[in-house]
Amino acid sequence: MSRAAIAVAVPVEERRPRSSSLWRDGVRRLRRNKLAVAGGIVIALLCLVAIFADFLAPLPYTKSNFGRLNESPSRDFPLGTDQLGRDLLSRMIYGARVSMLVGLGAQVIVVLIGVPIGALSGYIGGRTDMFLTRFIDVMYAFPRLLFVILLMSMLGAGLMNIFIAIGLTGWVGIARQTRAQVLAIKEKEFIDGARALGAGFSRLLIRHILPNALTPIVVTITFGIPEAIFTEAALSFIGVGINPPTPSWGQMVGEGQQYIRSYWHLCVFPSIAIAVTMLSFTFFGDGVRDALDPKLK
Amino acid sequence: MALVTFLVMHATPGSPLDPVAEGANPLSPEAQKNLAAHYGLDRPLYEQFWIFLTKAVRGDFGNSFVYKTRTVSEIIVQTFPISLLLGSMALGLAIVGGLTLGILAAIYQNRGWDYISVSLATVGVAVPNFVLAVFLIILFSFIVPLFPTGGWESPRNWVLPTIALALAPMGIIARFTRASMLEVIRADYTLTARAKGLGELPVIFKHTLRNAFIPVVTLLGPMFAAVGTGSFFVESIFRVPGMGRFFVISMTGRDYPMIMAVVLTYGVFLAVMNLVVDLLYGVLDPRIRY
Repeated sequence: MSRAAIAVAVPVEERRPRSSSLWRDGVRRLRRNKLAVAGGIVIALLCLVAIFADFLAPLPYTKSNFGRLNESPSRDFPLGTDQLGRDLLSRMIYGARVSMLVGLGAQVIVVLIGVPIGALSGYIGGRTDMFLTRFIDVMYAFPRLLFVILLMSMLGAGLMNIFIAIGLTGWVGIARQTRAQVLAIKEKEFIDGARALGAGFSRLLIRHILPNALTPIVVTITFGIPEAIFTEAALSFIGVGINPPTPSWGQMVGEGQQYIRSYWHLCVFPSIAIAVTMLSFTFFGDGVRDALDPKLK
Repeated sequence: MALVTFLVMHATPGSPLDPVAEGANPLSPEAQKNLAAHYGLDRPLYEQFWIFLTKAVRGDFGNSFVYKTRTVSEIIVQTFPISLLLGSMALGLAIVGGLTLGILAAIYQNRGWDYISVSLATVGVAVPNFVLAVFLIILFSFIVPLFPTGGWESPRNWVLPTIALALAPMGIIARFTRASMLEVIRADYTLTARAKGLGELPVIFKHTLRNAFIPVVTLLGPMFAAVGTGSFFVESIFRVPGMGRFFVISMTGRDYPMIMAVVLTYGVFLAVMNLVVDLLYGVLDPRIRY
C-alpha cells in the first residue's frame, strides 16, 4: 500500500519532456520487485538464447536421424528426439527465436497502427473520433483468436503473416488506451500554454501529449508481448502458424500431444518452455505496471 | 460478421477443389467444373453469399465439403451440445471457483489464502490452456492415474477438459473479485453493517458480495468468448467430439460451409450471451435502468 502511495505522488502532469526522474523511479521500484526481476532475468536469457541459437544448438533443427526416432532424453540427446529423429533440445532453442521474434515484432506493428489511430482519434475528436471508436468497438467485440485464425488461413502460414495477423487484430487495445490518455491530457493547462505559444498540431501531439501518455502505452506493450507469443503458440498448435520445418514451441506441443501416451517428452518440454516464458512476461509486466503507474492496478 | 467471414474465407488462396488440398485426388478440369457447379462454387461471390444467407436463415448450411455424406447442420446439431456442455461446465467451475478464490483472497488479504489464490489466478491467466491440458494429462493420467487422457464417453472423461478450459477464466474472475471485494470491504456501508453488530458471515454475504459482483458480471461477456475459442484447443487435445475440434479440422480442409456455420453459431451464441449479461446488470444493480 505504501508503495502505491509514494507512486501516486509522482506528478505525471508536470511538464517534463524527458521525465527522467519518473523512469528512474520506475526502474528503482521495478528492481525491488523480486518476481519481476526473476521474470526479467528469464526474459533476458531467452533473448540471448534466441540471438545465439546458431551457436548454442548442438545440432541443426532439421537434422533427422532415422535410426533414433522418439528417443527419451539421453546423453546424446539431452531432451530426446522427435518423431523424425530430430534433436528436441536444438529445436527448442530455435523455437525460442520464433517466440521472441513474434513477441517483439508483432508489438512493433501493433504500436505503429494503434498509437497513431488512438492519438488522432482522441486529439481530433468529433466525427473522426466517433467513427474510429465505433470501428474499435466492432473489432473489440469479435473474438480475437477467431479473427486471427481466419486471417491466418487467408494469408497462409509463415512468420511474416503471423506478424501481420497479430498486428491487424492487436492494435485495438493500445489505440483505446492511447485515445483515453490523449483525451485526458489535452485538457491540461500546459497544453493550452503550448498552444498559446504557437505550437502547431503535430508539435503539440508529438512533443507535448504523447510523451505524457507514454507510461500506460509502455504497460500495454509489456502485456502485449506475451499475448503475441501465446497467439503464435496457439496458431502453430492447430497448424496455421509457423511453417514446418521451422520449429515453434506451440507447433511442437501440437505435434507431440498426439503421441503423449507413448512419448511424453515430445510435448512436455515445449509446454514447460511456453509456461515459463508466459509466466516470466506476466511477472515482468505486472512489475512494470506497478512500478510505472500504480493507478492502473 | 457473416459477410466478413465469408469474404475472408473466399479470399483465401486454395480452394476445396484444388488438387493440393489435403486428402484430395488430382482431378481433371472437367470433373472440377462439375463439382464446382454441384457445390455452387462457380457462381459469382455475391450470388453465393445470397444463396448462403437465405438458406442459413432456415438452418440449412448445405453439405460439408470434407464429410461429404453429412450436412453441416447435422454435424453442428451433433457437436454443438457437446461443446455447450463442456463450455457451461467450464464456465460454471470458473465462476464458482473464481468467486470463492477471490473472496477468500480478499478476506485474508496478504495471508496464506491470498497468496494461494493469486498465484493460481496468475498461472491460469498466463499459461495457455493447451499447455495446461498437457500438464493436467501428465499429472492426473500418468503420474496419478485418476482420469483418462481423452474421449468423451463417461463423466470421468469430462473432468480434465473442463478443468483445462476453466482455469483461465477462473483466474480472471478471481483477480477481479479480489479487487472489487477489497474495495467494497472498505466502503462505508460495510463499516455500518459491522457497527450494527452483524457477524462476519452476514456482512460478507449480504452486504459486500452483491456489490462486489457487479464488476465481475461485466467480465462474463468476454468470458464466453474465451471459453468458446479455448475449446478449439482443449477439444483437440482431449479428443472431445465437439464443435471446436471440427472447426480446426475444417479450417485445414477449407470446408467453407462448415467454417461459416461454426463461426455463425459462435457469433449468434456470443451475441445472445452478451444480451443476457447486459440484462443481468439490471437485475443485480437496481441503479442501472434501461
